[in-house]
Amino acid sequence: MDFAVAFNAVHDALPYMLGGVVWTVGLIVGAMLLGLALGVPLSVLQVYGPKPVRRAVSIYVWLFRGIPILVQMYIFYFGILSWLSTLPGLTGLGLDGPFVAAVLVLGLTSSAYQSQIFRGAIQSLPPGQLKAARALGMTDAQAIRTIILPQALRLSIPAWSNEYSILLKDSALAFTIGVVEIMARMRSIASTTHEPVSMAFVAGIIFFALTWVGVKALNMLENRVRIAGYTRQGAA
Amino acid sequence: MSDAMTAASGSAVPADTILEARNLFKTLGGNRVLDSVSLDIGRGRVKVLIGPSGAGKSTLLQCLNFLMPPDSGHILLEGREVDKKSKKELCAFRQQVGMIFQDFNLFDHLSALENVRVALMKVKGLSKLEATERAVAELARVGLKDKAALYPANLSGGQKQRVAIARALAMDPKVMLLDEPTSALDPELIGEVLAVIRDLAQGGMTMIMATHQISFSASLADEFLFMDKGRVVEHGSPAELLGRGSSSRTQAFCSKISELTGDNEAGECRL
Repeated sequence: MDFAVAFNAVHDALPYMLGGVVWTVGLIVGAMLLGLALGVPLSVLQVYGPKPVRRAVSIYVWLFRGIPILVQMYIFYFGILSWLSTLPGLTGLGLDGPFVAAVLVLGLTSSAYQSQIFRGAIQSLPPGQLKAARALGMTDAQAIRTIILPQALRLSIPAWSNEYSILLKDSALAFTIGVVEIMARMRSIASTTHEPVSMAFVAGIIFFALTWVGVKALNMLENRVRIAGYTRQGAA
Repeated sequence: MSDAMTAASGSAVPADTILEARNLFKTLGGNRVLDSVSLDIGRGRVKVLIGPSGAGKSTLLQCLNFLMPPDSGHILLEGREVDKKSKKELCAFRQQVGMIFQDFNLFDHLSALENVRVALMKVKGLSKLEATERAVAELARVGLKDKAALYPANLSGGQKQRVAIARALAMDPKVMLLDEPTSALDPELIGEVLAVIRDLAQGGMTMIMATHQISFSASLADEFLFMDKGRVVEHGSPAELLGRGSSSRTQAFCSKISELTGDNEAGECRL
């Protein structure tokens, strides 16, 4: 390998590669938020819902955990979403774009994983917390919102930051349906410059940096919402 | 069952009866933990549940506010039967029946003040300002005004239980259920909680308390109910059950506890 050639290639490619960061961040933020928005209610339903609802949630979780993200990308992008976007009233909304499909697939899959993170946290709380809330006259909805979730979500942050780092790397699969994120740009530049290894290094460093920044940010969040003397052990 | 229904809808209840339970049954895991338990308590009265572990004291208390719904039976608050199928009615009922737990069950993510305040805001709909004022007053009443900002993890067991009492009192309950309020406390912390409970009784609070603190509760209780195997097997005033010459189960049980704890003052189980 000629390092001067490689260095020049990387230097020239860097702005284009970094342009992919916007797409990758868009994918991951969209997917994490969608996963959070669905994962919290799913976890609550799975713990407190009536039996048929619990079963339905469990099937949902199995489906999205059991089907590879790559396969889902094809099903959603070439199948469900392209069909939906031909329905009257849904045309022209951009539902058939690859970015929408990728956010949806990553978000739904993440919601399945996130729901299990939150479920575990909810179930790790002492049962007396819900009892005490009920004994004060709170409805179950009030108790879950003001007593259970604030504690469960705090306990979930470490596992959530793990989910972030996994999802970030899964987002690279979006290149297969044409989202021009970091991986897609790496491949296209690698083929024009014939420097696949150095481009892969660059992509790897960018992904690593994004992981580091995100996990650090979540660590800071964890410390910020920490409650004096309250740890998993201390809560018992 | 139909007998119990007619009995429950009858109006033979004295006017000052606050809480009444009729023929409560509860089976847990194949064991009958409550076997036709009935009781009623008048305003300002203190009843104390005594009996060995597993007798059903805790189950009875949790059935009385439907934290653990009884399999059958009737519960009436001020003569009105509670419809346990109506969630709205259940919440309204529980607001009026305070509960103190053996292991405190303070909300771990909330400060002492917030623990007392949260239901005032969410359930009673008080403004933050009003709720804060009331919460501070209740904490002052249990001697913890200066601990308002502390989280449960930084409070001692006795302080936690006093915050839990303040939290329940803030809802203006008509009756308080206390489930072994001092059983999880280190011996040196029991006194401060008993002092608060004594103040409550002297202030006229209606209470049903399960406890092993027999000599303490004898000085407060209007009636002892001795439970065994899910039934109330003996009841009467402390003087009757612990009096000279009494050969009650309560008396025998009390002697056994004193022996076990090495707390062997001869007069302890004799009034």
